Amino acid sequence: MTKPLLDIRNLRIATEPGLTGESYEILKGVSLTLNRGEVLGLIGESGAGKSTLGLAAMGYARRGLYLSGGEIFLDGQELRGATEFKLRQLRGRRVSYVAQSAAAAFNPAHKLLAQVLEITNIHQHLDLKEATLQAVNLFRRMGLPDPEVFGDRYPHEVSGGQLQRAMTAMALVGKPDLIVFDEPTTALDVTTQIDVLAIIKEVINEFETAALYITHDIAVVAQVSDRIKVLRYGKEIEEQPTQVLLNHPKEDYTIELLGVRKTKSDNENLSDTVPVLSARNITAAYGPVTILHNVTIDLRQGSNLAIVGESGSGKSTLARVITGLLPPEEGEVILNGQQLTPSLAKRSTQDRKTVQLIYQQPDVAMNPRQTISDIIGRPAQVFNSMSKSEAIKRVKELLILVDLEADLLDRYPGQLSGGQKQRVCIARALAAEPELIICDEVTSALDPLVADGIIQLLLRLQTQLGLSYIFITHDMGMVRAIADDVVVMQNGKIVEKGAKKDIFAPPYADYTHLLITSTPKTEEGWLEQVIADRRMDSAGN
Amino acid sequence: MIKVIRNFDIGAKIGLVLLILFLTIVFLGPMMSPYSEVEIVGDVWESPNTSFWLGTDHVGRDLLTRIFTGGRMTVVVALIATCGAFLVGCPLGIASAVIGGWFDLLVTRAVDAVMAFPGLILALIVLSAIGTSIPALIFVIMVLDSTTVYRLTRAVAADIAVMNYIEVARLRGENMRWFLFKEILPNVAPTLLTEFGLRFVYSAIMISSLSFLGLGIQPPYADLGGMVKENAMAISFGRSAPILPAVALALLAIGVNLIVDGLLRHRAKLDQYK
Repeated sequence: MTKPLLDIRNLRIATEPGLTGESYEILKGVSLTLNRGEVLGLIGESGAGKSTLGLAAMGYARRGLYLSGGEIFLDGQELRGATEFKLRQLRGRRVSYVAQSAAAAFNPAHKLLAQVLEITNIHQHLDLKEATLQAVNLFRRMGLPDPEVFGDRYPHEVSGGQLQRAMTAMALVGKPDLIVFDEPTTALDVTTQIDVLAIIKEVINEFETAALYITHDIAVVAQVSDRIKVLRYGKEIEEQPTQVLLNHPKEDYTIELLGVRKTKSDNENLSDTVPVLSARNITAAYGPVTILHNVTIDLRQGSNLAIVGESGSGKSTLARVITGLLPPEEGEVILNGQQLTPSLAKRSTQDRKTVQLIYQQPDVAMNPRQTISDIIGRPAQVFNSMSKSEAIKRVKELLILVDLEADLLDRYPGQLSGGQKQRVCIARALAAEPELIICDEVTSALDPLVADGIIQLLLRLQTQLGLSYIFITHDMGMVRAIADDVVVMQNGKIVEKGAKKDIFAPPYADYTHLLITSTPKTEEGWLEQVIADRRMDSAGN
Repeated sequence: MIKVIRNFDIGAKIGLVLLILFLTIVFLGPMMSPYSEVEIVGDVWESPNTSFWLGTDHVGRDLLTRIFTGGRMTVVVALIATCGAFLVGCPLGIASAVIGGWFDLLVTRAVDAVMAFPGLILALIVLSAIGTSIPALIFVIMVLDSTTVYRLTRAVAADIAVMNYIEVARLRGENMRWFLFKEILPNVAPTLLTEFGLRFVYSAIMISSLSFLGLGIQPPYADLGGMVKENAMAISFGRSAPILPAVALALLAIGVNLIVDGLLRHRAKLDQYK
């Protein structure tokens, strides 16, 4: 039997003690083995230690952390005690790393080719000409446009998906034995994600590179990996071959992870009379750039309207128009049969109160220097003219309503978890006693299990309080589960709209079909199937 | 506060001791001293002796007493001027960041215009024109310093102003006062506090420079820069008289700078990674 390429034994990583002398373990003894040409998926919620483990495969620990115990063998070489010099010899050449956000990982001041070739330049194992040739080959392999001159562009001149592919090329150019992929497609649109996934899978097979694939998306990891390891709180929950894990998970936590997305909602008996809110013929622009072209939507009382589309499709701009943050060039917003003043400054308190907004990132949606009671209490004071003591009483009720402890009152947002923060944001929206809430990608910054909890909460509040929701999302899975009506947008125009059952049934509009088929599924061979189908389609055309 | 001080590194602790020592001495010293700052009590440039611990100045006044009162004068004037600069600069900076548009443009260009002149030269011109008095001195330094304070506040507040929670407050229809004091000021306060320390020292140095040039605090009243000038000639006789007020000013500047460094390092958590 051959020795595994990567052999991590009982690895422990902890925070450096610092001045206080306190140290906290991030990884509490994790082992893994990886053979040549094999892909191991690492999944788990944030804080599980996935990235820390991935970086440890390169003998690296983030600032403030150190490898406190265990062993890391890469092809028989021990990395934990290795000198910086020795590690530098390995990094890029034997192991390389693909980060989540290529936009943040590329230096905006240098051209792409120079950055892609950095590794070969540093290690000098290829001369420049040869390396350039290889990079161009990789660019071609990755399906990048004009591979010969692609490298002459700066990072801001190419799209996010192209940049992510360029980064994969960068990782491959040194012909490493092992690549660590850290959520390489999380920041991408579903339609782009599928291309990048397909390419990653292809090149891994072709170059016989081993890979650690870190993600929180089970469907993605199911498509690319041979085995899956589930992590939680720095410990291994279980490791199984992909299909075994998906079909016969052993541990409760894994079952829970696999079981998310079971939430369903169907509001029956929705009236077709006057909609709560309609936006008619909206055309909106940022300066000279027109973002929305003649968009019309209607929200039925007590229903869920999902607006889907890729980033840049104008979904969030539509929300800004409805709330009055961006007065439209043309068109009108009608709330309960009355036209709203386009500009926010001139709207009445009553109009402002009726429509509330919940954001994608709860971290930046709450002032870090205000306590939870201030954050939630303020809208109660402003919109419902409550006194300070009444507001505090109301805050306590609201906290309980969103399943939080009432004693969070005096905490600051920084002391809460991501899911708790989003619940506080929901409570803040409820404090205004609105009729409709616009949820702008409210779950995309959260772990799947936490996100599921938030959706369930929103649906429960809908039945309790008779709210209407507009969900802005790119997640077709969520749309399918909870929407009553769907609006599909692309490039600022509406591609298709109607009741969910009509949208999710043939005949599909081309773009809707693309979105639906691009959403990853856990079934074996799904990725290959979709790619094959698309090839057929484009060949047929 | 106590916790912050306890977490200070050794440099910041030294700075704190220096500052406290300096302040105690200049505020309590004049009460202890048997002499007055304006009274001529001995010969010109006497060496340090038992009756005049640091010697006497160019007309025979007790140097130690004059360092006490001079130091106090410099600290008080610098403090008032810096507070004034922050009272003007901060609200304008935050308002610029929140309102934006024409308001921002107008204020920023006005500030640019003031900043285009070298500070000391502008102060000299203005003070020559309106005459030298303590209120005039405070006014000039306040205006000059408020430009830098405005710039900094605007830059820091601009980062805050694009946050979603500011949008939430806008959607709620909050007024300017709420934005200033509840949403933005608490977030920019730590940065501004450290800047306050630095500005304070620069003001003290500015006052001393102006006094040295003869446009600051007027004789017979003492201030550290003016004392260096008065006693400048003594350096050719090997006397310490001009050095001592300069050392006093240096101690104040070093002390405050050490504290500010410590605060910044603490805030940036730079000491966490060695």
